[in-house]
Amino acid sequence: MSWANAVDKGILLGGFYALLACGLSLMFGVMRIINLAHGDLAVLGAFLVWTVVDHTDVSPFLAMVPVLGLMYGVGYGLQRGLLERSLRAGVLVPLLTTFGLAIVIQNLLLEIFSPDVRSLGGRAGAVTTASWRITGDLAISELGVLILAVAIVVLGGLHLFLAHVPAGRAMRATAQDVDTAELVGIDSRAVYARAAGIAVAVAALAGAFLAIRASFDPSSGPTQLIFAFEAVVIGGFGSLWGTLVGGMVLGVSQTIGAEIDPQYSVLAGHLVFLSVLAVRGRGILGAREAIA
Amino acid sequence: MTDRPVVQRWTGLSRGSTGGAVVLLAALAFVPIVLSANSTQKLTSLFVLVILAAMWNALAGYGGLVSVGQQAYIGLGAYGTIYLANHNVAPYPALLLATVFAGAVGLPVSYLVLRMRGGQFAIATWVVAEVFAIMVSLDKSLGAGTGTSLIELNRYTPDERRAYTYWLALGAMTFLLALLFVLLRSRLGASLQAIRDDEEAAASVGVRVMAGKRILYVVAALGCGAAGAITLSNTLFIQPGSIFGIQWTAYMIFMVLVGGLGTFEGPILGAIILFLVQDWFADRGVWYLVGLGLTAILFALLLPRGLWGALEERFSLRLLPVGYRVRGLPSRARAAEGDA
Repeated sequence: MSWANAVDKGILLGGFYALLACGLSLMFGVMRIINLAHGDLAVLGAFLVWTVVDHTDVSPFLAMVPVLGLMYGVGYGLQRGLLERSLRAGVLVPLLTTFGLAIVIQNLLLEIFSPDVRSLGGRAGAVTTASWRITGDLAISELGVLILAVAIVVLGGLHLFLAHVPAGRAMRATAQDVDTAELVGIDSRAVYARAAGIAVAVAALAGAFLAIRASFDPSSGPTQLIFAFEAVVIGGFGSLWGTLVGGMVLGVSQTIGAEIDPQYSVLAGHLVFLSVLAVRGRGILGAREAIA
Repeated sequence: MTDRPVVQRWTGLSRGSTGGAVVLLAALAFVPIVLSANSTQKLTSLFVLVILAAMWNALAGYGGLVSVGQQAYIGLGAYGTIYLANHNVAPYPALLLATVFAGAVGLPVSYLVLRMRGGQFAIATWVVAEVFAIMVSLDKSLGAGTGTSLIELNRYTPDERRAYTYWLALGAMTFLLALLFVLLRSRLGASLQAIRDDEEAAASVGVRVMAGKRILYVVAALGCGAAGAITLSNTLFIQPGSIFGIQWTAYMIFMVLVGGLGTFEGPILGAIILFLVQDWFADRGVWYLVGLGLTAILFALLLPRGLWGALEERFSLRLLPVGYRVRGLPSRARAAEGDA
């Protein structure tokens, strides 16, 4: 029975990983940038939500709203101020600058907030501990379902945005061919900045849920980046829904690993990721299009 | 201007400076006898930085491979030594064997990570480093997560130990720099630079892209393994959290970007700069790392070939020539002049 529990927990955990991965996937799909500061931006989001909650005593779910808006602006500014120049300088430079940014964010957070481990679990109300009991030992966490639902809404929303909204279609066109998109009057700089804004805001959303479902500290970022990346690769690069599948495979691997021995949780996830890489370089769903 | 253009590799200056480098390395061998214990230990850590910078530059500057996971091999070099010492291998032979072991592990890993390119390669190398770190921290005989020390070195007096470790570091640095120098000057060097500049174009003219990258990856694994083994014998104590830590990558990127990505001399300059910066600012803790990150960003954006690249361009300097230069070109073609 505990195995069924592990699988169900893993699937819900997959929702969290998909949320974490979706911004990484979007930025790679549109700008071909792997943002090595992605995890640290998520953790920055967690600290911002924590700060709002600490000062105003509102629920973390409400505190997310202004933080998401702010982080959209951070992403927009990051693209305009840093990544745009990096992209012009060649393929290696965005990796180097985003890695530098990761180091800067981590250490600034450490300086401002101290290395203490924090959590917003206690401030989020009963939802963090409540669960639906299916049978004797099989229970489904309400928070897990909520996060999975948010992930599906975000992925579905992005899908609809890219497919039907003019700004989203412009984003897809730019992802496919910048020069041709420019020819038909699309301002690629603005498109890129919007994509970075969305990616960073969604990363912050994932960071906020990290803070609610578990704990975080200034050095949590790299691990989150690795999990996000593993979800993207397992699911197949460039496929948004693949990210959800990848997240679930990663989540289930980790919870089953933890069932064998709690110390094996993260290791099991890494090993599944490396096996997918070894067997099939393109992930489970593979990439048929740039994004969609 | 009827002179035909001349392709040359050596100049008077580069002959002199390469000779000078050999003399300097020979002179450095006497440091433990002449200078204080403290200087000996500090120079050992400088040599480790030079090795790391040269290895990371070989990957990124010549192979176009940005790795954020070279700490995998630093950790393997260090923990491999501990493992061998636990199994009755004398400490100094254990350091050498562990280095070779780290290089050997690099070969199968290369088949996995080299399937990916760019940022995907970068994070895949990081996952590999994390896997090694977790496996070490699960192993109680290696001290698990709390760390372990190389007690077998206690059979030597502190002075002997410092001197042996110093000579080992000097020897490893000399060997690895010479290996890179020879590799980059060979036919392989030209093909590697072609891969870095345009992988598809290089493949289309028959360059064996994968083989070139694999050789670099394995050499870098070997070099980082040596750096890890030497770090262990210099500091005596290691923990998986720090020897497999991402801060190594931050140092490597800083040294190579500031010194000069894709130049032979630049990373050595970068290592000396980081060494001095660590000496002056390390007690500032967190702000020092913020400064390293910001400096790396600024160099990547504003001076992508680093300090040495800028000097080289301005004064046409080649102290340790791994490329060629063309002299006597008509002025119109001069813009295209440079490394071949």
